[in-house]
Amino acid sequence: MKTISFSQLRTASKLNNLYIGSSLLSIAILDVFINSFFNVNLTSGLPNKISLFLPLVLGFIGFGILRMEFTGSRFFDNLNKNINTNNFNALLTLFIIFVIIKATPPALSWMILDANISGDTKEACTGTGACWTYIKVWLRRFMYGMYPNELHWRINTAFLLVIALGFVGYFFKENLKKYLALYYVIIYPIIAFLIIYYLISGGSFGLVWVETGAWGGLSLTFIVSFFCLIFCFPLGMVLALGRRSDLPAIRYISVGYIEFWRGVPLITVLFMSSVMFPMFLPEDFFMDKLVRVIIAITLFEAAYCAEVIRGGLQALPRGQYDAAKSLGMGYWKMHIFVILPQALKLVIPGIANTFLALVKDTPLIFVVGLAELAGMLALAKTNPKWLGFAMEGYIFASIIFWIICYAMSKYSYNLETKYKTER
Amino acid sequence: MSDPIIKIENMNKWFGDFQVLKDINLSVEKNKKIVVCGPSGSGKSTLIRCINRLEEHQKGSIIVDGSELDENTKNIEAIRAEVGMVFQQFNLFPHLSILDNCTLAPIWVKKMPKAEAEQLAIKQLEQVQISDQANKFPGQLSGGQQQRCAIARALCMQPKIMLFDEPTSALDPEMIKEVLDAMVNLAKAGMTMIVVTHEMGFAKEVADEVIFMDEGMIVERNTTKEFFANPKNDRTKLFLSQIL
Repeated sequence: MKTISFSQLRTASKLNNLYIGSSLLSIAILDVFINSFFNVNLTSGLPNKISLFLPLVLGFIGFGILRMEFTGSRFFDNLNKNINTNNFNALLTLFIIFVIIKATPPALSWMILDANISGDTKEACTGTGACWTYIKVWLRRFMYGMYPNELHWRINTAFLLVIALGFVGYFFKENLKKYLALYYVIIYPIIAFLIIYYLISGGSFGLVWVETGAWGGLSLTFIVSFFCLIFCFPLGMVLALGRRSDLPAIRYISVGYIEFWRGVPLITVLFMSSVMFPMFLPEDFFMDKLVRVIIAITLFEAAYCAEVIRGGLQALPRGQYDAAKSLGMGYWKMHIFVILPQALKLVIPGIANTFLALVKDTPLIFVVGLAELAGMLALAKTNPKWLGFAMEGYIFASIIFWIICYAMSKYSYNLETKYKTER
Repeated sequence: MSDPIIKIENMNKWFGDFQVLKDINLSVEKNKKIVVCGPSGSGKSTLIRCINRLEEHQKGSIIVDGSELDENTKNIEAIRAEVGMVFQQFNLFPHLSILDNCTLAPIWVKKMPKAEAEQLAIKQLEQVQISDQANKFPGQLSGGQQQRCAIARALCMQPKIMLFDEPTSALDPEMIKEVLDAMVNLAKAGMTMIVVTHEMGFAKEVADEVIFMDEGMIVERNTTKEFFANPKNDRTKLFLSQIL
């Protein structure tokens, strides 16, 4: 029967093919859609097995007819070119469409339709869906950790100040432009550190002292990532140059450093920084746990940064070095004005990669007792009053991390196009 | 006869075990134009790269403008600032505009004020007839224009000597002339030049002397007229018969 109908269709006009193919396809999709969204089985009159496979068969035939010749419709021609090139691809396409349609209603009802957000206690969550009340009640903890509620303005102010200072570079006048790198590499981190130290830590200017053990949540994620990012980049740059140095001592130190830090897992580094490191220090010397952790992550990530930057240095043709040297430039002038601007441009995607990994590595500081966002979740889910809501918490954290990382990767694409040069 | 501005004595160079330059003796007087030719792999490029120490020599001595090339770094940078070089692959800095390419070294190496450096750069770019391209980037220019810009960039350091390492070898035939014209003008202005090239027409027009190299040795050195009319060495005769 199938062959007869096909041969007839072949002789028909191409519009016929378009109509028949697309209507078969839409019937198939509609059937699955109604079935999964409204729980009504249109083909319930048919035997069980046929009813199950009918949409697939209809859709498959629909795709087959659509593919038979040039349809004249832009949409369907694109469809044919990209996802409907042969029987196998048509089948895969149908499968994927059906799985998405099937999976949407349960996900939707769990996340939104049957979910609860009202109330302040676990008992408010009566529906079968997610309990967003949990996130609502714990939101301040997830954002600020154990930091006292009435002092949260200090964290907010500090962050706003640090962000504002980050934009200062945009307003530098032409004659100050050459100090831009100096500002971002040295002055800015120091100012940011002082702001965070005096405002968030407190202890002076009439502000109450809050020990770093109480810091936590998303704000701690930001603090750790921020300092690690701005410190590991210059350090990585120095190491990358060191690894390519002509002086054997510097080269071997750089290679040794990079290979050492790349060879150890971050979690052991963090553990060492909080347990072993204080033992080597003199008795009366005290270094805060958070500072030790930031130093540890910075040293660790700098090794990765160094290798990424070295890749960029190696991608430059030797002629660039020759040309710079032949103009009388010394090592530093050559690197600052000719080599690094080009090499760093090349490694923006790689650096963005490393930085994203760094942000997502920060939850590891939980092993030394610092609870940033994911750490706070781990604490909250064991709270006896709120047992059983790990899922909601982790979905919430994933969304937050995804937003942060997506923003970073967008920014890196931006930089890439901004600094693109033709060779 | 004035003192030679470049004086090379018994210079030897190895790449690993392979000896590229063997007992090179060469002195060049001020304002002389020397063309170096020879088959590929004969060490021509290495020789002129040794003159501003982009390559190090292992034996013998090279004295440029009264100072010897050795391990002393400051010395090397001072000499490189006085010796301009133009490369086969142009080697412009692709992230800087044509004007910035020309002003970078004068500003940062010679500590010239920016306005003065720009004035000088425009003047040099006018000499090679690309001042209208000053604000473009190297990637937007044709090969011939890029090479002329490279010449201007080297001249902005106001060098006493100019080295050319096969400046026209990477160019399309119709662009060779514009670059050679710029070089001829430079020669007529009295610059001391050492040019590695296969352009024999250029050699005949400009060069005072021609050096023929083979297998790392200077096989023949002669005045231009004699070199082309009565080559002495058999190897030179063979080379000339193939190239002309």
